[in-house]
Amino acid sequence: MKLTRAQESFRFYTRLNLPELTGLRVATLSELLALLKTVPGSSIYHHTHRFLQQHQYLSPEPPNDFAYWVSEVLGEDELGELLASIDTVQYATIRQLREKIIETIETYLKENKSAARKFAREGEEFHFIKSVSFVLPTHYCVYDLKEFSEVLAKVTIDSIYFHIFEARLRLERGNNDFSNWIENSLQDKELADQLARLDPYTQTLEGLRKSLLEIVRKRLEA
Amino acid sequence: MTRLEEYTPIVGQSVIDDLRLLAERLQGKLIQHINSTAVGGGVAEILNRMVPLLKELGVATRWDVIKGGEQFFSVTKKFHNALHGRPEELNRHDFDVFKETSAKNIEEVDTCGDIVFVHDPQPIMLIEKRRDNKWLWRCHIDVSNPEQQVWDFLMDFLVRYDSAVFSAPSFSRKLPIRQFLIAPSIDPLSDKNKELPPEYIDAVLKKYAIPADKPIITQISRFDRLKDPLGVIAAYQKVKRYIDCRLVLAGGGAADDPEGVQVLAEVQEKAKHDENIHVLLLAQNDLEVNALQRASTIIMQKSLKEGFGLTVSEALWKGKPVVASNVGGIPLQIKHKYSGLLCHSIDGAAFALKQMLNSPEYAKKMGENGREHIRNNFLLTRHLRDYMLLFLSLYHGEDVVNL
Repeated sequence: MKLTRAQESFRFYTRLNLPELTGLRVATLSELLALLKTVPGSSIYHHTHRFLQQHQYLSPEPPNDFAYWVSEVLGEDELGELLASIDTVQYATIRQLREKIIETIETYLKENKSAARKFAREGEEFHFIKSVSFVLPTHYCVYDLKEFSEVLAKVTIDSIYFHIFEARLRLERGNNDFSNWIENSLQDKELADQLARLDPYTQTLEGLRKSLLEIVRKRLEA
Repeated sequence: MTRLEEYTPIVGQSVIDDLRLLAERLQGKLIQHINSTAVGGGVAEILNRMVPLLKELGVATRWDVIKGGEQFFSVTKKFHNALHGRPEELNRHDFDVFKETSAKNIEEVDTCGDIVFVHDPQPIMLIEKRRDNKWLWRCHIDVSNPEQQVWDFLMDFLVRYDSAVFSAPSFSRKLPIRQFLIAPSIDPLSDKNKELPPEYIDAVLKKYAIPADKPIITQISRFDRLKDPLGVIAAYQKVKRYIDCRLVLAGGGAADDPEGVQVLAEVQEKAKHDENIHVLLLAQNDLEVNALQRASTIIMQKSLKEGFGLTVSEALWKGKPVVASNVGGIPLQIKHKYSGLLCHSIDGAAFALKQMLNSPEYAKKMGENGREHIRNNFLLTRHLRDYMLLFLSLYHGEDVVNL
C-alpha cells in the first residue's frame, strides 16, 4: 500500500499505575454491594483491569477481582461467572460498568437468598484498592503506518494498555487511541474499524499486541 | 556494582526507558532513605541494590542509618513481634528507651531530603523534625493483626507522615493519610538469584552431603516458629509414606537469637532418625542458598506469618514449583493452581506436595507461570518504578496524573 503521511503525528504515551489502599474491606456479598456503590471510580477501574497487567501470562481470559473473590473465597461460582463474563468492552464509562456490576450482584442476591449468608474467613476479605494513573509521553512519535507498526512492536505493554483501555474507558474517549488516529489522521476508516472490533479483554496484553500487529502488517502488505 | 542496562535482557528495553522517563520528573528532588541498619535484613538488602540504581538514573538519593544501642534494638524487636500479633510484655521503661534513643537520633540525623523515606518502626519518631518537606513511612511488617498497644503508640507518629506504604492489602487499615501498596522485590542479578552453572550446584549438594537421588523438597528460612519448620517436617513425613523424597531445611542467623537456637534444637531432634532430612545451619551465603533452591524439586514456605515472603519470589524466579501458606504477601505471589499451590495446614501442605510430585508436568507449568508472574511484578525494576511513582504522588493528589 502507498504510505500516507499524517499531518498530525501520533505520540505514544505510557501509563504507569500505583495502587492506593483505601483501608476498606468487606467479608460478605451485601457489604461488597454497599461499597461498590460508594467507592471511587478509580477503585472499580482497578479491580476490573488489574488482572490484565498482573496476570497476563497466566490467564488468556482474565477475570476481574470481584469475580475471583466471589468464586474462590465465597464459593459462589455462578455469580463469579456472571461477573467475569460482563462484556466490559460494551461500556463506555466506569459509571456504566459499575452499574452493571451492582445490578448483576443485586439480581443474583434476590434469586439466591442463601448467598447473602456466606462470609469470607479472616484474612480472606476483599480489600478495596484504587489505581492512581501517571500518564506520560514516551519519546516515540510516528507519522505513518510503517513507523506505527515498528513502534507498536517495541513499546511497553503499559503503553498499549493506556491507548487501548485507559483512553477508552477511564478517560472516556469513546474509542481506542490507535483507531482514532488511524481514522482521523491516516484517513483509513477500514483499518481503524478492524482494530476497534478486537475484544481486548479476552486476550493477554502480549496477545493483543500480536493481534494489533498482524492486522496492521497485513494492511501494509496489501 | 550492577548497572541498569544489565537488566535490559531480563525485562526489556522499554521498561528501562520508562524508568528514565520517570527519573526525569524527579530532577531537583533529594530522596533520603532512613532505616536502622546498613547490612543484614531485607530492608538493607533492597536499599543496597536500589540506592545506586536511583543515582544512576539521575535521582539524587542518600541513605542514612539511625543509631541505637542493645536496649533500643531489644525494644524494637519486641515491637516487631507485637506488630506481628505476638503478645509481648512491654512496659513504660521500654517505651522510654525507645523515646530516648529516638530523641538522640532526632538531634543527630540531618533530615535534609526533599522527600524523607523512613523504613519500619525504628526511626518513626524522626517525623518530629518535619518541616516543609515530604515524609513517607514504609512498613515492611505484616501488621494485619497487630498488638494494639504498640500500634496505637506508632499511630501518634504515623498520622503526621504524608503517606504510608504497605506490602499487602491485608496490612492496610483506615488511616487519615494516603496509603499505597508496594510489594518488595528480588534482584535477578544478585548472588541469590542469578543463573548458576550446574557444576556449582552439584558442588554445593556435595558439600552438604545431599545426594540428588530422589526428589528434594526444600524450605529456606531462619529457624523461627513463625516459619513453622516442625510443620514442614510433619508434612514431609505424610508425603514420605507414599513418595520417596528428601527434605532440606536450611537457614541461618540462629546463633545470636536464643529462640532460634531452641527452635533449631527441636528441628534437629525431630529429624534425627531420618537420614533423608537435611537440617542445615548456613552462614550468610547467598550463592549457596541459590544453589540449594535450584537443586530442589519443590520449594516450600509454610510460614504462619509472613511480612512478604520473598523466598517465594526467589523460588518462582528459578522456575520452581512452590507450596506455600496462604499468609501475608504470599497470595500476591502465588495464585492457587496457576503459579503454585497455597495451603492452610500441614495436611493441606502434604496433599499439595503429593500432587506436585505425582504430576511433574503440572508442577513444571506452575513453576513456569510463576517465573513470568515474578518477571512482571516482583523484580527490582518494578520496585524502582513504584518508588518513583510514590515520590511523584506526593506532589499530585488526583487519580489520573498527567506528567
